[in-house]
Amino acid sequence: MAEEQFEPKIVAFLCRWCSYTGADLAGTSRRQYPPNLTAIRVMCSGRVDPTFVVKAFADGADGVLIAGCHPGDCHYTNGNLKAMRRFPLLIKLLERFGIESERVRLEWISASEGELFAAVAKEMTDTIRALGPLHWNERVARLNQAM
Amino acid sequence: MPGKPKVAFYWCASCGGCEETVVDLAEDILKVVEAVDIALWPVALDFKFKDVMAWPPGHVAVAFINGAVRLSEQEDWVKLLRQKCSLVVAFGSCAHLGGIPGLANDTTREEILANKYHRSPTVDNPRGSRPETQTQSNGYHLDLPVFWNEVKPLDAVIEVDYYLPGCPPPSKLVAEAVGAILKGELPPKGSVLAPDKSCCEACPLNETKPETLTIKEFKRVATSTPDPKTCFLAQGYICMGPATRSGCGERCIRGNMPCRGCFGPTPGALDMGTKMLSALGSLGEAETAEQARALADTLVDPIGTLYRFSLPASLLKRRVVKKEG
Repeated sequence: MAEEQFEPKIVAFLCRWCSYTGADLAGTSRRQYPPNLTAIRVMCSGRVDPTFVVKAFADGADGVLIAGCHPGDCHYTNGNLKAMRRFPLLIKLLERFGIESERVRLEWISASEGELFAAVAKEMTDTIRALGPLHWNERVARLNQAM
Repeated sequence: MPGKPKVAFYWCASCGGCEETVVDLAEDILKVVEAVDIALWPVALDFKFKDVMAWPPGHVAVAFINGAVRLSEQEDWVKLLRQKCSLVVAFGSCAHLGGIPGLANDTTREEILANKYHRSPTVDNPRGSRPETQTQSNGYHLDLPVFWNEVKPLDAVIEVDYYLPGCPPPSKLVAEAVGAILKGELPPKGSVLAPDKSCCEACPLNETKPETLTIKEFKRVATSTPDPKTCFLAQGYICMGPATRSGCGERCIRGNMPCRGCFGPTPGALDMGTKMLSALGSLGEAETAEQARALADTLVDPIGTLYRFSLPASLLKRRVVKKEG
């Protein structure tokens, strides 16, 4: 029997003003994209505390997408810039823990970019499928028991 | 002496600084001894495991256990104490969150043993010996403690009633906690016996914090000296104050050392390191992704800085280097 294809679990934090609407547009314009993303609507990409990302991984996610308005378009002036500043720090921390940087993405997707949303979703799913599952807690437990 | 409640002190993976705090009570320790009987205190009095096994359950009113748990023997002791003591207080950063020994979760048991017994330049170990868990001596078979691949906070091994934070907990908080226990005026189970504010709120440098604080690069106390009269974060030093619970008496700040976070996360924070990271990120002075990356490059040792005392109690718990399965 052929081995079942690994389906990554990706948590997508989408800004309410741009990226969530962009994802909606991808749907209403019938763009095809993999169903691996679970969308969580947030008021702003700047609201995405790095804790949310780490919690997603600790709770079983294989990847996390943070998407917000393009720089200059933030509904709250500079929330997305806060997300942009935190992002490289978060990547650095995750890499130190042993989580590949490809598992997290920060993208600017406007309300009119449904196509871009579909492309990002597909690309990210493919990348993480190639990386394999994260299964963080299982990895930690395995290492803890190793002698 | 019936009537006097009994207390026990025990230590696991710790440096002995927590024991020092009890001694630092100075004359106040006489008040403690007047009010309670010390039933167990390995640092000062000789006790055997079997002595404690013979106690009936609830024999001791409260056990103060310091240190993280990283040996099988420590697990046996704390489980036994949990059975015999009505209240268990995790005493100090290591018991509370894993503490400095918890940074061992940034590496592995194999790496630690290889460094300690082989690689270190001062080690002379021609036979390549390693600690064993069993040995024969004078015809007796001895089982020795197993050294784990993981350091755990106390509440990952047994149920903990209260936490006394700090490295070490200040005598004032210890005295208050002992007083509250003796009077039976205790907060809800699971409480941290320290104020619910952040370290910044009590900080003597708080007034010097500018209205808009931005950070151009992260500085380190190892390579430069901060100005003792100005908010450390405003100078670019990573001060864990915003993410750390107060109650320490700001001893480090007064010693010109940015907060290292020994009191653990502020109430409600799920993960101390990412909370601090969130704050640092928003303070960064960067208008482009390039600049943000350049700023991140100046952050040296993210785990050791952001989780210095709390790695085993963090959401990710440890570093996992090798990709498995």
